[in-house]
Amino acid sequence: MADSGATSAPKPSSSVKLVLLGEAAVGKSSLVMRFVNNDFQENKEPTIGAAFLTQKCNLPTRTIKFEIWDTAGQERFASLAPMYYRNAQAALVVYDITKASSLQKAQHWVAELQRQASPGIVIALVGNKFDLASANPASDTSTGGDDADATATAEEEEDVDGESDARKVPTKTAKAYADEEALLFFETSAKTGLNVAEVFTAIANAIPETSLKGPRGVGGQTNLGRQEDSARVNLTGANVQGPKEGCAC
Amino acid sequence: MDEPSKPEDPASQGSPATSTSQAEATLQSSDSVGTKDFAAESNTVDRNELSTATSEQEQSSREGTPPPLPPRPKNLQLLDGRPRTSGSLKVSRPSLQSKATTQLSFADTKSYSDESRDTISPNAGTQKSFTNLGKDRIGSDADDSLSIKSFAPTLDIGLDAESLLGEVLGDQEKDVIKVLGKPFDGMSGHSDILFSEDPQFAKAFEHEFDEIDDMAADGSNEEAIVNQWRSKLKHFLILSSAGKPIYSRHGDDQLITNYTGVVQTLISFYQGMSDNLKSFTAGDAQFVVMSRGPLNLIAITKLVESEAQLRSQLDALYMQILSTLTLPSMERMFANRANYDLRRPLQGTETLLSALADGFTRGSPSTLLSALECLKLRKSHRQVINNTLLKARSENLLYGLIVAGGKLVSVVRPKKHSLHPGDLHLIFNMLFEAGSVKAGGGENWIPLCLPGFNNTGFLYMYVSFLNLDNPTEQVEERPASSHDAKDEVAILLISANKEGFFELRQMRDDLVEQLQKNGSIELIRTAVKKGRMSCTDIVPGSPLRHFLYKSRGNVQFTMPSFEPHFTSDLDCRRLLNLYHNLHGNIHTRPTHPKVHHATSTTNISLAWMTPLFELYCVAPITTSRTALAQAANKIIQWVRREEERVFIIGGAVF
Repeated sequence: MADSGATSAPKPSSSVKLVLLGEAAVGKSSLVMRFVNNDFQENKEPTIGAAFLTQKCNLPTRTIKFEIWDTAGQERFASLAPMYYRNAQAALVVYDITKASSLQKAQHWVAELQRQASPGIVIALVGNKFDLASANPASDTSTGGDDADATATAEEEEDVDGESDARKVPTKTAKAYADEEALLFFETSAKTGLNVAEVFTAIANAIPETSLKGPRGVGGQTNLGRQEDSARVNLTGANVQGPKEGCAC
Repeated sequence: MDEPSKPEDPASQGSPATSTSQAEATLQSSDSVGTKDFAAESNTVDRNELSTATSEQEQSSREGTPPPLPPRPKNLQLLDGRPRTSGSLKVSRPSLQSKATTQLSFADTKSYSDESRDTISPNAGTQKSFTNLGKDRIGSDADDSLSIKSFAPTLDIGLDAESLLGEVLGDQEKDVIKVLGKPFDGMSGHSDILFSEDPQFAKAFEHEFDEIDDMAADGSNEEAIVNQWRSKLKHFLILSSAGKPIYSRHGDDQLITNYTGVVQTLISFYQGMSDNLKSFTAGDAQFVVMSRGPLNLIAITKLVESEAQLRSQLDALYMQILSTLTLPSMERMFANRANYDLRRPLQGTETLLSALADGFTRGSPSTLLSALECLKLRKSHRQVINNTLLKARSENLLYGLIVAGGKLVSVVRPKKHSLHPGDLHLIFNMLFEAGSVKAGGGENWIPLCLPGFNNTGFLYMYVSFLNLDNPTEQVEERPASSHDAKDEVAILLISANKEGFFELRQMRDDLVEQLQKNGSIELIRTAVKKGRMSCTDIVPGSPLRHFLYKSRGNVQFTMPSFEPHFTSDLDCRRLLNLYHNLHGNIHTRPTHPKVHHATSTTNISLAWMTPLFELYCVAPITTSRTALAQAANKIIQWVRREEERVFIIGGAVF
């Protein structure tokens, strides 16, 4: 596990491949739209396949250019997911705090990522739709620590206590799970913008510098595609370099 | 047994007048006379023969023969309205002209029947000019006066004429009644209006796309909701063969469960007798059923549409489902369990189905004609774009398309594969009607099955919307809430390679750079901004308000702008109603008329079919038939001249 968060050599710009996973209609695309365009759309239509977007994130010492794969949450697209998370350095696993089953789905994604994605992948667990929870104690914005141990028990039954608002997943349940799995944890609202930028900043900070010096060059716009070409996606049928195992997609 | 009667209820509420079966029988039997006669003759039928066939004696002698045709829409309003006008000839002469919707192809000839005995030659001249439309350009010297005069004798026909009118009125019937009720205030006043007012239809159409309210927990608003549901002009239902609901355009499960139960019972009753139910009519609602493998698709409409047209709409919905699932995987799902709930794998595609359905309800020339529209570009300009596409083509590309607001700009394709219009319609629907791809911004990588190409597997489509003002700019910086949806230009690159995203993305970058360099982007932008031409731009002084021209060989169509005459959705729908009527009539089997001409109170229209093209056009009622025919010919000439601009012929092939 290469997860020492030391930032030694400041770079002007580096690219980070990030993938969003989670059940349908939890708000993945809305989070991305808030992050990229600072915009929100009610009743957004479901994503089909996947959308690819980029956005820069300025840190004190470096600029991170996120290359975001916003995937569709419907089950029929699940088999395509490995293609998107295969070489990802970061993953946003999103659930809906008003829907208990979406956390279970998120836990499955976390387990799959831990099993099959790059070993160093930074995973953030994000509970979205915070605006629907009423009169709650302030949102828990603490980031998951870089605990070295990650137990692979993704199965966790959470009790849904019947609060009066729409919230079905208590913060502490999700937080406990995130801590256990060494995930970053946030509750966000794409609608109000709460914590959205924070999630991405926290991810940017958590990306180990070493992984940024990999095959990726400076994220120039014109030669980006070509870089991607050789670096990320298995186009020619040759083996993909880099840490990928058991990609049975 | 109250359930089976339910589908009829909305229908009978909808029609202002009820009918007696006796009157209907009269209508039907006389219809059958006319139709049989027509079927027996070609459309260049000798007028004398026809007139004898339709004389009153013949009429009564055939009264007893059972009509071999399917039942016609009820037209009793007409019978009610008729005496008023036929009683006072002076008032009604102009209105009669407009009322007597005539079809050149058969009913029109019939309506001449009586007078033709006396005045054969002049009318035969008029007739000839229409039937030989394709060969010689309006040889007839017969003019307005003639065509008006030719209507006069219909006043004397009596019952015969009524039945004729009943036959041909179609969608205009309600208009006719309304107009008949009012004093007619002169042609000139109406020359701007192509369709007479029908507040009932307008109101229903206004609310057609509204969501149905949610049912209250105690069911207190049930009646209101059911009424809302019934007032919809058009429904689509998709059920599994086990009767499980898969998709419904209007209403949730709870609301439609009774209706799905009834329709499922009807379908399976006929299936049990190995005699599949295809369509039926209840009141003013027409039901069309299509069974495809494990699915039953049902269209219910109160709009003017023929069964064949509805069938092609259902086909599009079915293709959308296949496009999501592929045929083998759908069959596998049902093979394991007949009562499989297909909604789960289809989750998220309701918007695509609804976008298709709403497109049909608004009226889509593209679906009506099963053809595509292209962006009008000079041949040399399109050639440059084609060559650029060919040059930028990457290894794994199957199809490459440049699309501007639902209009094709250019295609690159392998020699051995053409593109199925139905597939393209699905893609265009996904990109330009349903907002899912567009709204997300960024670039998209979409797995989809193109059932016309191959219904067993997925292809992968790279989609990128261009910022025309700044094409090299990355798309994600384009404001997501772009309102000029119709002006948007998309680059679609389709590959069989699942992992081809970055390859195709590179191709897009190269392509856009080249198009930018050789000025094509600018040309596309100009063409997009210009939009469609108006009728009078195409043919100066043309009386036509609108037309559709389909090139049958290219499976493409062209049309002028809807503006300035058809600005609202309602106007467009009424125009499409007219086109549906024309299209339905000219595609009647087994007669296959070549030319079909109709007039109503407010417009005069023509459908014309040859092996090369189909043309549908409409003009205000003040236009003479000669002028209409001349205008139609001018359009043909224009298209012939501009063929390589308005259509993509060949495209870029590798």
